[in-house]
Amino acid sequence: MLSKKNKEILLGPLSKNNPVIVQILGICSALAVTAKLEPALVMAVSVTAVVAFANVIISLLRNTIPNSIRIIVQLVVVAALVIIVDQVLKAYMYQVSKQLSVFVGLIITNCILMGRLEAFALSHKPWESFLDGVGNGVGYGIILVIVAFFRELLGSGTLFGYQVIPQQLYDWGYQNNGLMILPPMALITVACIIWVHRSRNKDLQQ
Amino acid sequence: MNKQGNTYTLIYTAVMVIVVAFILAFAAIGLKPAQQKNIAIDKMSQILNSVNIVSTPENAQELYGKYIDDSFVVDANGQLVKGESFSMNIADQLKLPESQRTLPIFICTDDSGSPKYIIPLSGAGLWGPIWGYISIENDGNTVYGAYFAHQSETPGLGAEIEKPQFQKQFQGKHFFIDGAFMPIAVEKAGRKPQNGADYVDAVSGGTITSKGVQSMLQSCVEPYAQFLESLNSKNI
Repeated sequence: MLSKKNKEILLGPLSKNNPVIVQILGICSALAVTAKLEPALVMAVSVTAVVAFANVIISLLRNTIPNSIRIIVQLVVVAALVIIVDQVLKAYMYQVSKQLSVFVGLIITNCILMGRLEAFALSHKPWESFLDGVGNGVGYGIILVIVAFFRELLGSGTLFGYQVIPQQLYDWGYQNNGLMILPPMALITVACIIWVHRSRNKDLQQ
Repeated sequence: MNKQGNTYTLIYTAVMVIVVAFILAFAAIGLKPAQQKNIAIDKMSQILNSVNIVSTPENAQELYGKYIDDSFVVDANGQLVKGESFSMNIADQLKLPESQRTLPIFICTDDSGSPKYIIPLSGAGLWGPIWGYISIENDGNTVYGAYFAHQSETPGLGAEIEKPQFQKQFQGKHFFIDGAFMPIAVEKAGRKPQNGADYVDAVSGGTITSKGVQSMLQSCVEPYAQFLESLNSKNI
């Protein structure tokens, strides 16, 4: 089921071909939803689900789609899936959906989606497209979760809403870094991740 | 059939749109009950917030049932009558002529036993609607607690109205000064309103949102003035 080639399709986006830190796609949402771990995780799961299923659907339709309207067809498929995700969140995870608010809708414009549909799903079989979608969604999610981990830990002293920095430290004069909550620090954290990643993968350096 | 031709493209688009529309319609209808329940629970927790009771989505319904008494409405003559206030929309009521209005009100009896009267608020901020609930003590004058929320105010500026630091300022403020109705003013720090009304500090950098809160307090509480006055003379 997982040939060598499929394995690479699935695992490539996690590191060497990561959509966020190598292809620099989806940065907008990466900085918008990473102030806390929980919305970051939900966003990661939502994007993974949407990109995987959109990939499968487009791949199944790939031989029927008229070339002149293929972008529109891709958008319709993505938009429909995103609306379904949004409705499901509103029904079963209302607090999270309140926090994510407009960003779920903005999955539609997440460059990773259109990029994968156009570059991969239109020319590959459904199973490979599914693996590619899961790989890219998880690759995006990992970065989101890493960024959110540092931002929530240093910015609020909590993880998943639970206090992890002991009260004693605050009594000694430790303070939460309010700057970590603000969007610019997401970019700087992403940049630090890219730095570490490039220094470990010499072949990505130009 | 020629897959690149116009006929094929048109048929393809039409079929796609119809199929997607059906799927979305089914999803929306199927999930609606669960969504509405969530919205109701969220509203309960907002109302509880205005009487300084913190709730979670899990216990909001239980706490609401425990603390908020039967629902009442205030009729055009300022009388408290029985009626369904939970599903009422204050903004719609305020659009009606005064004689036809029935104003929603919630009565909370907390552990101390004295009732608090909760008035829903609805107004406009800078970018979108703002709303909230304000609770008034048994004397019909003193604010017990306030809760504000917004849809899309700027984080760090206008959005600060949803923070407890801003909301706590309202506690203990008065709506009547020397027997005359004067809505609580939201003023730039260090300034006082000229008419002598009670005031709180505005959010710095959130002038328009702060003004929105002030005019919301004016427009939404004023219709209750008669009711609050009668409450005052009855209990003092």
